[in-house]
Amino acid sequence: MPSLPAANPAIVARRAAIAADLRRLVPEALIITEASERMAYECDALTAHRSAPLLVVLPRTAREVAAILRYCHANAVPLVPRGAGTSLSGGATPMPDALLLGMARFNRIVEIDAENRCATVQPGVTNLSISQAVAHLGLFYAPDPSSQIACTIGGNVAENSGGVHCLKYGLTTNNVLGVELVTIEGEIIRLGGKHHDSPGYDLLGALVGSEGLLGVVTEVIVRLLPTPPLARALLIGFPLVDQAAATVAAIIAAGIIPAGMEMMDKPAIAAAEAFVRAGYPLDVEALLIVELDGCPAEVDHLIDLVAGLATAHGATTCRASASEAERALFWAGRKAAFPAVGRLAPDYLCMDGTIPRRHLPDMLARISAMESRFGLKVANVFHAGDGNLHPLIMFDANIPTEIDRAEAFGAEILRQCVAMGGALSGEHGIGLEKRDLMPHMFTDTDLDQQMRLKCAFDPQALLNPGKVFPTPCRCAELGRLHSHHGALPFPDLPRF
Amino acid sequence: MPVFHAATPQQVQQAVQTALAEKTPLDIIGGGSKRGLGRATAAGHGLDVSALAGIIEHDHDELTLTTRPGTSLGEIEAALASRRQMLAFEPPGWHGVFAAHGAPAATPTIGGSIAANLAGPRRIRAGGPRDHLLGVAAVNGRAEAWRGGGRVVKNVSGYDMPKLQCGAFGTLSVLTELTLRLVPAPATTSTLLIATETLAAACQMMARALNTPQDVSAAACLPAGIAARAGVPRAGQFIVLLRLEGTSPSVIDRAATLRRQFSAFAELDTPESKAVWHDIGAVSPLLANPDAMLWRLCPTPSLAPEILAALTDLSDQVFLDWGGGLIWLAVPAATPDAAAASIRAAIGPHGHATLVRAPAPLRARLPVFQPLAPPLAALNARIRAAFDPAHILNRGRLVPEP
Repeated sequence: MPSLPAANPAIVARRAAIAADLRRLVPEALIITEASERMAYECDALTAHRSAPLLVVLPRTAREVAAILRYCHANAVPLVPRGAGTSLSGGATPMPDALLLGMARFNRIVEIDAENRCATVQPGVTNLSISQAVAHLGLFYAPDPSSQIACTIGGNVAENSGGVHCLKYGLTTNNVLGVELVTIEGEIIRLGGKHHDSPGYDLLGALVGSEGLLGVVTEVIVRLLPTPPLARALLIGFPLVDQAAATVAAIIAAGIIPAGMEMMDKPAIAAAEAFVRAGYPLDVEALLIVELDGCPAEVDHLIDLVAGLATAHGATTCRASASEAERALFWAGRKAAFPAVGRLAPDYLCMDGTIPRRHLPDMLARISAMESRFGLKVANVFHAGDGNLHPLIMFDANIPTEIDRAEAFGAEILRQCVAMGGALSGEHGIGLEKRDLMPHMFTDTDLDQQMRLKCAFDPQALLNPGKVFPTPCRCAELGRLHSHHGALPFPDLPRF
Repeated sequence: MPVFHAATPQQVQQAVQTALAEKTPLDIIGGGSKRGLGRATAAGHGLDVSALAGIIEHDHDELTLTTRPGTSLGEIEAALASRRQMLAFEPPGWHGVFAAHGAPAATPTIGGSIAANLAGPRRIRAGGPRDHLLGVAAVNGRAEAWRGGGRVVKNVSGYDMPKLQCGAFGTLSVLTELTLRLVPAPATTSTLLIATETLAAACQMMARALNTPQDVSAAACLPAGIAARAGVPRAGQFIVLLRLEGTSPSVIDRAATLRRQFSAFAELDTPESKAVWHDIGAVSPLLANPDAMLWRLCPTPSLAPEILAALTDLSDQVFLDWGGGLIWLAVPAATPDAAAASIRAAIGPHGHATLVRAPAPLRARLPVFQPLAPPLAALNARIRAAFDPAHILNRGRLVPEP
């Protein structure tokens, strides 16, 4: 299990003094010092890692955040930003020697600008509430992670969250136009805005998905899209996983980008069907849900095309939704897949890797082989359209060694993802969970370059330490330039 | 100016090492079509990467393209079109923008389009280069070869290093390999033409059209006086162009809906549409006068009419793309300081303005790119140093550097 850096006893010993200092910066009611109350923040959704934070501060304004960060910077106090605490990768795992900066009070929608199709929101606003707030204008916010009822837009920015619909509409990074950011020095800066692109480097691009390591976001401008007039879904069952994967490839090859394209394997189908009774076929090895949206003429045309491709590839079940209620029912099982699997075992680990689509059948076969090796069962749900896997590894934390085996199993799957040309994380982030796997994907030089970017924002490495990078940041050493004195290193290099 | 020629990533590394040892900056040159873009700089060594070219893999099943950066846009477009795919951000090339300023016959490359972060009319719907660059291999200013991102669309593994390279004008690293996301090319394209009498009405109309669920993939506005240069028939004072793309039944259905809603006076078919939008991306309507200076403004789209109202004395040579989010403005060659102060005052905090084409002495003296607020400028300088501490790569191209 990845471990956090050892707590600095000097900081822990200063808890009361730091709390007293903070009371001069923000109202006392915003600071949580009592051990019993700090325990409420002891973990995020990666519940295997727990430790009460040094202190919890719940600022309400960018100025308060700036004052806190300036203080931390001046006094070398680390801090961990937190949204709703739904991170599955331990992005918000607290530390006993770090402030926990809870952003829950930043919960206002500041402005809805229909003419420019954007909304300005505070980071503690939940993902779903943005779409709800603009629905009357015929607009919506596209990224829809499955935790969207609870997760906040600030957390989405930190982790570059995806969701079922990012196949067509992009990830958080493609749907955020600007942010207000507080740097560790306590400067309040704006990146991006309602306009397109920005002068200077694309700092907004670097910030989204940076897992709270570069600064604290205090406002977000999100892009809104017109709501498609119609969405219909197809529920397609296959006797073989390969047939489902071939259908996914054929749909893409036909030039169709569905709004969503999800796959479930037999254990996931059975668990979901038992949980929500969505009418899923139980005699198939793989189930696809393909959603198409747009104007009615387009949707009806594409539904026929996709159904034809599915049948040609051996589908034994193929049902098109005829109503919104039926479409919602098709999705109900998929959306409940995690809790459904949660009923099959006391605990599960939700993994998140990405592979090129064509390797889906091979990957499923490998995971299946690993089940016997690790002695644990897996249910698989995929964002099949973009090759994003979510194997759910079932275990019982009360049985000694099972969590270790589950984590080793997960790590093995992710190493396979990288070996197949994929990535360690599609949408959950590296956080604490996958930190030590980073060297499987990147060389030391690659990681040093990423850490130098970190140093440009946060030279003391105070923001969310212990996450993403397997080795502590060494900004002073990384900043040195070894110059090459004397003779030319490459005298024969063509120059004319 | 001596020029290094690099045809491999290793040769790029060697050139940067040599430049580091000689403490001489390197001007990175690809196809040479955008040499006139950016601050004019004192000459260092050249680093010609035009031979670092060629498609490495077009993986049409996975909708990705891996290529060397020196590959021409023309080669890439042809290769993708043969499999009915394309780059969604519609790189505009700007073939003619700098041609009149003494540049040799030049070829826009994919690397240059990424480095300058140039997107065409589909920017408003599909995003820019930054939204489609999945992975890079590059050589930083320490002569180290590094990789960032990957070959899959969904990837949150460490920082999004590829995005930082978009619009960096080569000042962070020399790109040696790019992996781009592709999309299926639409079978059918249609463009509706609508006449309006005022710019404000045109902008409101573009916003209304973009807010409909008809999936408008481009929205531009041409003054009647220059519309002919893009092959657009004249009507009223301003002509609004709305583009629809997709399968044939879908485009027919959506075009009928929009025609009714906006009283379009004409509709362009697929080949006509492609030609018009190519010309708009290529800035063709403003290239009649080769001496005019060109500004590119990116404001909050709804503010375009009031920004232009503040600039009416400057020029009648203007057109809008991106639903008002992109304003192209030509100012006469004799305009003192290219009217930079007025233009930047008009846009204020609501966007940014780039002096795209102007004589080199002016581009050495004036900020070509919108100046940044001091804390942001300091952060940019630290990021520059994080990749290239000795300022070897394209020194001074973005901002003055010692």
